[in-house]
Parts: sequence; structure tokens; C-alpha cells
Amino acid sequence: MGPITAPSLSYTALSPLLFVFGAAAVGVLVEAFAPRAVRHPVQVALALVGTVGAFVATLLLAGTEEVTAGGALAVDGAALFLQGTIAVLGALSVLLFSERAVDPARSAFVAVAAVPAGSVRDRELATSSRVQTEVYPLATFAIGGMMLFTASNDLLIMFVALEVLSLPLYLLSGLARRRRLLSQEAAVKYFLLGAFASAFFLYGLALVYGATGSVRLSAIRDAAVTEGGDTLLVLGLALLVVGLMFKASVAPFHTWTPDVYQGAPTAVTAFMAAATKVAAFGAVLRLLYVAFGTADWTWRPLVYGLAIVSMLVGAVLGLTQTDLKRMLAYSSIAHAGFLLTGVIGLGPGDSGYGLAATMFYLLIYGLTTLGAFGLLTLVRDGDGEATHLSQWAGLAQRSPVVAALMAFFLLALAGIPLTSGFTGKFAVFRAAIEDGAWPLAVVGLVASAIAAFFYLRVVVLMYFSPAAPDGPTVGVPGLPTTIVLAITAAATLVLGVLPGAVLDLAESAAVLVG
Amino acid sequence: MSDFPFLLAMIVVPAVGAAVLAALPPTRQALARQLAMAVSLLVLLLAVLATVAFDPAGDRFQLTTSVTWIADFGVSFALGVDGIALVMLLLIGVLVPVVIGASWDEQAESDGKRGPRSMRTYWAWLLLLESMMVGVFAATDVFLFYVFFEAMLIPMYFLIGSFGGPNRQYAAVKFFLYSLLGGLVMLASVIGLYVVSNSQLGQGTFAFDALRQLDIDPNVQKLLFLGFFVAFAIKAPLVPLHTWLPDAGAEAPVGSAVLLVGVLDKVGTFGFLRYCLPLFPDASRDLAPLVLVLAVIGVLYAALVAMGQSDMKRLVSYTSIAHFGFIALGIFAFSTEAATGAVLYMVNHGIATGLLFLAVGMVITRGGSRQIRDYGGLAAKAPLLAGVFLLAGLASLALPGTNSFVSEFLVLIGSFPREPVFTVLATVGIVLAALYVLLMYQRVFHGPPREVLGDAEAQPEATGGGSTAVLTAPAPARTSRVLDLSRRELAVVAPLVALVIGLGVYPQPLIDLIDPAVQATMSDVGVDPGGSAPEAPGGTD
Repeated sequence: MGPITAPSLSYTALSPLLFVFGAAAVGVLVEAFAPRAVRHPVQVALALVGTVGAFVATLLLAGTEEVTAGGALAVDGAALFLQGTIAVLGALSVLLFSERAVDPARSAFVAVAAVPAGSVRDRELATSSRVQTEVYPLATFAIGGMMLFTASNDLLIMFVALEVLSLPLYLLSGLARRRRLLSQEAAVKYFLLGAFASAFFLYGLALVYGATGSVRLSAIRDAAVTEGGDTLLVLGLALLVVGLMFKASVAPFHTWTPDVYQGAPTAVTAFMAAATKVAAFGAVLRLLYVAFGTADWTWRPLVYGLAIVSMLVGAVLGLTQTDLKRMLAYSSIAHAGFLLTGVIGLGPGDSGYGLAATMFYLLIYGLTTLGAFGLLTLVRDGDGEATHLSQWAGLAQRSPVVAALMAFFLLALAGIPLTSGFTGKFAVFRAAIEDGAWPLAVVGLVASAIAAFFYLRVVVLMYFSPAAPDGPTVGVPGLPTTIVLAITAAATLVLGVLPGAVLDLAESAAVLVG
Repeated sequence: MSDFPFLLAMIVVPAVGAAVLAALPPTRQALARQLAMAVSLLVLLLAVLATVAFDPAGDRFQLTTSVTWIADFGVSFALGVDGIALVMLLLIGVLVPVVIGASWDEQAESDGKRGPRSMRTYWAWLLLLESMMVGVFAATDVFLFYVFFEAMLIPMYFLIGSFGGPNRQYAAVKFFLYSLLGGLVMLASVIGLYVVSNSQLGQGTFAFDALRQLDIDPNVQKLLFLGFFVAFAIKAPLVPLHTWLPDAGAEAPVGSAVLLVGVLDKVGTFGFLRYCLPLFPDASRDLAPLVLVLAVIGVLYAALVAMGQSDMKRLVSYTSIAHFGFIALGIFAFSTEAATGAVLYMVNHGIATGLLFLAVGMVITRGGSRQIRDYGGLAAKAPLLAGVFLLAGLASLALPGTNSFVSEFLVLIGSFPREPVFTVLATVGIVLAALYVLLMYQRVFHGPPREVLGDAEAQPEATGGGSTAVLTAPAPARTSRVLDLSRRELAVVAPLVALVIGLGVYPQPLIDLIDPAVQATMSDVGVDPGGSAPEAPGGTD
């Protein structure tokens, strides 16, 4: 056994990751050494420097195509596009985290997480204005893990990235300042089910390794061609897909989504709904296209079926929801189905439009859903956010701007033309139909029509219903939330009306090396 | 002069007008309505000028504008009109000012503590709707057409939902979901067309003229045809897909109802003629019997159901469903006369039913009820209103001398040689039309007078829903006991009355405009154009 040689690292190509992980590591030190008074501004600034720096780095790296870190990481168009998307969504989420004007207690996060919910100390702390700042390094680590996830060219790295992104999210979900038990329950649920999913992934990894003798995606691809029809390989792939679909909240692996989305602090829900989806689909695309792109018979029927189930489950169960956060959770499940419709559009020999379409859809869905959740943080009653549907009745009279923005985001999620949601839907359905999967597209369109009903119901409530006398109040957002809402709304409009430039970008970035 | 982008201006002007209205302070009601009226009249002027610039003997699509919009999808912002689209633009141009005039004195009902709501929102949505409707008819790029087709739903949704009758929430959502479902099915076909063009032309496109040249496999054609057909059959309701219209028509404020059945639903029949026939000629011919069956069922069924309605607005909505059956018959009979008649029918129905809806609205303003049984003997107190109502009704049942007669006659005479059975069956519908229109007229305007007139408390709304109609007009009738038409109301109905009679006597200018476009469409489907423009029956020449 020879000496272990360090793999060569291309620091330039890895700079987005280095930015984010660096910021996260420094954040931990700040938490330990900086005085309490300055921690909040320093942490927010640090997290923003990390994410915005990473975003700028992905822009500067555009066009890079290389495999680095001993073949474990692939820095290519798709990785950079998705890393940039995650960085932007991450930066916006950090802004949502840092909002201090909306909650009278100055923060949406619990002051001291270790104090048992409902105890005397907890009640004291609930009204104090002490602010938690560990959330920023945690979120930054999660963002780093997501960015690593989309670039991993090796199943082991993919697994490590999966854990790096998941563990902070489990914690973040449990940190709500209000309705703490609900939040903690969500965190435990997410953790337990997430652990199962990781186990599936790991088992799949082992089986694939057993079948092909490698964990490197390119090596798996070569083995899959030569040894097509191997049960072990197909079984391993199926387990890997289960693990990834769990993170992407694709039905039937979605059961955690509504509970966690509802229980987690809304800013964290926004972060999970937007950025985790991008990361999970980044990994799905890389696994299926790079490792199994030449053996697409192994996954095509599986993904086809999952797409249909997810679209229908999301749309139909969304109809019965009475809580806005749960409703958006089911919307997220339906959208995961639409994304899989794009994944199907691989086309023969990588010529398909599916990769570009899916990446574009991830970007627009992330921005829109982030905006919608951001709005939810503004509408409050005495007990925190007012997320029950009935509380939104007549909101248009009380707060026309919030109602108009919400209606706009919901119409975008429903895919009405002149919003980004329509452009995205068009792109993924076009990819599917070009690949001959028109029945899938028809199911998708029917699901969109069903889902439109529950989006519309909110619009009806806000605009056409009389306001309840003891309705919620609408908080005046501080600068961070205002920035987030302005950016997401502008992006939703611009990408609906003039999507050309970003579509071009997605198309030119649709390159996978490996 | 003809280089001026009339169509673009007709889209931009009302959209800008809507934005300005929405930005006005709520207290400037008088300014808002003057502005709305001015904008709509400007659009009418543009439509008239566009008609002057249009040469019926020239190219198929004129006044064209084209800018690349989304290069990756091969989408252009391409506008252009043929004669068929042009007459629809004229119809829009005429109806919108009329509708704004009809809502001139209406007040949005105050809802408790938030004070009176401003009508400026109502007019802003109307103008935005006008902009979208122009876009739908003027688009020559299928993608752009689809975008307008769907975007058009939003203003109408808010018009019904915010300003409609007691059941407005239900009606608005039903309207939106039906149309959206149809639109999404069409989207599948739109993408399908793109994929076919991509494989045949080597480059995907949505340009109508390029798509028309495609040679599509018959089976694929059928699937794509069905996608478009379902969307259009929901819009211009053919019978199994019609149930949203009576609700939407009954709950929409009168002005919106006029635009809904007068123009919005014509997108469906326009779509048959513009997209279904030329793009999928084989499928259209193969599936024509199916469409004809639905059309004739629509004519008869809707007429029978209309007779049983107690609510005047629902009744008028059902009559429209019957009329749409006639239009579909004319289109899918594949003869130039019938198709010309169908296009003319689209215009005439917009005018006649628009007038009927307005007259019904004026009756409702006076009586505060939509139910026929709450009225009686109104003619004695309001002879002018009775006259207008009767004229609108007669135009609706296509009495000779009114505009609808010409179109209905052309449809029937053109369809008979090709589809005798269906035509004869549809003719029965004319008899039924006479019944339901005249029965309604008789019950409302003759017989013993009813207490409801002048008694503001009698509000026998049958339908529940908690809230009442949002738009109310101050009824001069209840206080001053003057029941007949005011000057403003006369001014509102006068243009439509003039058109009903004018086009009934001399429809030739419209036919001259429509005919070349119809012939071009028919030659796309392989029908021999068959000579010159049809003469107007009973015309002067």
C-alpha cells in the first residue's frame, strides 16, 4: 500500500464553495468570541459576504469545465448555474432571517433553544429581545452543503454534501420563537425521516459500488453501459433516487414536507422550499444524466411514474389544505413533479432541452416561492404569523400591496402567462414533449389546472371576501424583507415577460462533465 | 399612414389608460370615468382608422408588426389582422365605450367601514380587458395568442369576482378554472405544434403563417386539433362544456357580461376559424361531424333551457349558447357562405346580445331583481325601454330587418347543401328562440304591473351567498317615479340600436371585409371558394 497522495485542488474552480464554507467557519468563531451586542450585524454581514461572494465567483467562473479534487468534484456549467442560484436564494433567505422589524420580539428565532418550551424561563425569554445568531453560520453551512451537492461527481462526496446540508436544516427547523412545540416536532420528524432517507441513499451507494466497483459517476456510467441489465445496479439506483427524492420532496416521499414547512420558522421554510429543492434536483440531474445518461432505461420509467404521482398528489391534496404554509408545501410537491417532467427531457445523446429547462425552472420556482413565504411573515396576529386561510379574508382592503404581491406570486405558481411560472412550465413541458413524453405533459397540464384552484382560492379570499372584524395585522416590513420582496417580485415579472437572457444563460450552462 | 402600428397602439393605449386609472386617487371618480371614456373612444378611433388603412383585396394579414420576443422558444411579438380579426376589433371598439357609458353613474357598494369603493378599479380592469382582447384577435404568433388568451382571464376574473352579483365568488372561480383548463390543454397542443415545426422546418416556430405550411401526420393532427378544440369549445361554449357561462353571465355586472358574451367568448369561434381549420385541415374535416352534433345539440338544448329560466341574465346567457351553436354550425359546414355568415354572426351577436344585456340591466336597475316573475306591465311606465328591449329581443331571434337575420340566413343557406340534416334541426332553434325571447318580453313588459317597481325593499334574490351585488346604480325610478330611459341611457343604447338596424339593412361593407379572409381560410381546408362574395339576402343590391 503506497503513501496517500493529496489530490490536486483547483482553488479557482472551488472558489464559490470556499467563500461559503469560509464564511460559515468564521461565523462559528464570531459566535464564540465576539461580544453579544455586535454579533447580529457581524453575522448577517458575514453570511451575506459569503453568499454574495460565492454568487460573484460563479459568475466569474462561467464557462469553466473541469473535474477537480481527484475527480470528486465537477465544476461545469450546470454546477455553476445551480451554485449561483443557491447562492442568490441563500442570500435572500439570510435577509429574511435577519428581519427584526416584523416580530415585536425582534426575531423569528427562539432566544435560547435549550430552554424547554413552556417553562417559566421560556416565557420570560419569549418577550425579551435577545436574538439568536447561531442561525447564520448554520444556514451558511447548509448553503455550502447544497452547493457541494450540485457539484459532486462522486457518490461519497454526494453523501457527505447531503449530510452537510441536512444537519443544519434539521436544527433550523426547530428554532421557531413562537409555537415552539410545533417547531420542535417538525425538527424531529424531519430528522427521523431524513435519517431514513440518508440510509436509503447509503445503501443504494453500497449496491451501486458492488455492481460497478466504483463510486465515481463517470466510472458508473462506463460500467452501466457494459453491464446493462444488472439487477444490483438498478436496485442501487432506485435506492439512490429514493434518497434524493426525499430531499426534493417528491411524492410519495413527501410526507414530511407539510409538517416541516408548517412547523419551521417561516424564513427557514422559505429557505428550504427554495434552496433545498435546487440542490436536490442538481444532484438528481447529475446522478441521472452523468452516471446513468447512457442507460436511461434504468430510471426513465421510475422518474416518469414519480413525476405523475408527485404532480397529482401535490395538486389534489393541496385542495384540502386550510393553512397557507401547508398549502405552499403541497404546491412545492406539485412543482417537484413539474421539475421531474423536465428531467425526463434528456433526449437522445444529451441533445435534449431537459437540463436547461429544469435549471431554469429551479431558478424561477425558488425566487417565486421565496417571495410567497416572505409575504407570509408579514401577516400576523397576537400569536405570531396568521397562516390560516380564513385569516386572510379581505386582506386586499386592509393591505392592498401585500394582497397584490401575494396574488401575483400565486398566479406565477399557477403558471399564468406573463409571469415567470408560465415560462418555466413552458420550458419543462416543451422538453418533455420533444422527448415524446406528451402524456406526461398532459397530466402535468391537468395537474396545473387542479392546483390553480387552490391558488385562486386565496386570491378569492383576499379580494372578494369581506374582512373578518378581528383579522390579523399586516406588519410593516423592515429593509431586509422589503429587499427580498422587491427582488423576487421583479424577477417573477421580468422572467415572465422577457426571459430571453436567462433562458440563454441556462441553455449555455447546460453542460455536465464527469 | 398605413405604417402606423395601429394594432400595437390599440393594445398599448388601453393598457396605459388602465394603469393611469389605477393610479388615480379614489376620490376622483368623475375624472376617472371621463378618462376611461376618452381612452375607449381613442381605441375606437384607432380601430376605424385601421379599417380605413386595411385593403380587403390585399395581403391576407395586414398592418403587421413583428419583433422577436423570446428567441429560445422561437416566439415573436407578431401582430396582424385579416378581415375576420378586423371586424372583431371594430366590435371591441364599439362595445367598450358603450359599456363604460352604461356604468357611468354606478357606484361600487360600500362595504361597511371601508367606505365607498371607487369605480376607477372597475374601469381600469375594463380597459385592461380591452387591451388583452385586442391582443388575442391581433396576434399572428400562436404563442402570443396563447399568452393573451390566458392573460385575458385575469381582468374578467376580477370584474366578476369584485363587482358581480351575490354568487360572484363561485361564478368567478368557475369561469377562471374552466377557461384555464381549456387553455392548458391547448398549451399542450401549442407545444406539440412547436415540436412538429421543429422537426419539419429544422427550427421551432410559432408563426401562424409558417405553421400553416406544415404537413402534419393525420393522427397527430387529430390530437393537436382536439387540444385547441377543447379550449375553444369551452370559450364559445358548446354544450357539454357550457355550464360556466350561465353562472358567469348572470353574476357578472351587466357591462362585463356584455363583453363576456359579446367579445370574450367569440375568441372560441374565432379560434375555430383561425387556428383549428387552417392548421389541422384533415382533422377538421374528419372530426366535423362531432362538432356539428355538439353545435346542433347546443342550439336546441340551450334554447329549451333558456325557456325555463326565471332569471333574465341567465336566460340571455343561455340564448348565447344557442347562438354559438349556430356559429359553430356555420364554421364546420365548410362552405364560404356559411363561414361568412358565421363571422357576421359573431359581430351581430355581439351587438344584439350586448343590447339585450344592457336592456335587461336597465330593467334590473329599476326593479332591483333579476327574476322575471317580479316584473309586469313595465311597458306602460317605460315605453322607450320596452321598445329597446323588444328590438334587442327581435334581433336576437333574427327577425328580418335586424342585423342577425342576415347572418343567420347566410349560415343556414350555406350549410344546407352540405349538411341538410343538421341545418334542418338547427332551424327548429329559430322557432324556440322566438318563444323564449317573446315570453320574457311579454312577462316583463305586459300584464298586470307588479309592486316591485318603486318598492326598493322588495329584493327577492333567490340565490344565497351572504353578500349582495356590489355594483348598484342610483335608480332615479324609485324616487322620482320616472321609469323610462334617461338621456344617458338613451345615448348608451343609441349606437347599438343604430347598428342593429343599419347592419340589418345594409351589411355589405362588413361582408366585403370578411369575405376574402374567409375564402383564404376555406382554401386552407381545401374548400373551393366558389366564386364571388355572397350577396346579402334582402340587401339593396
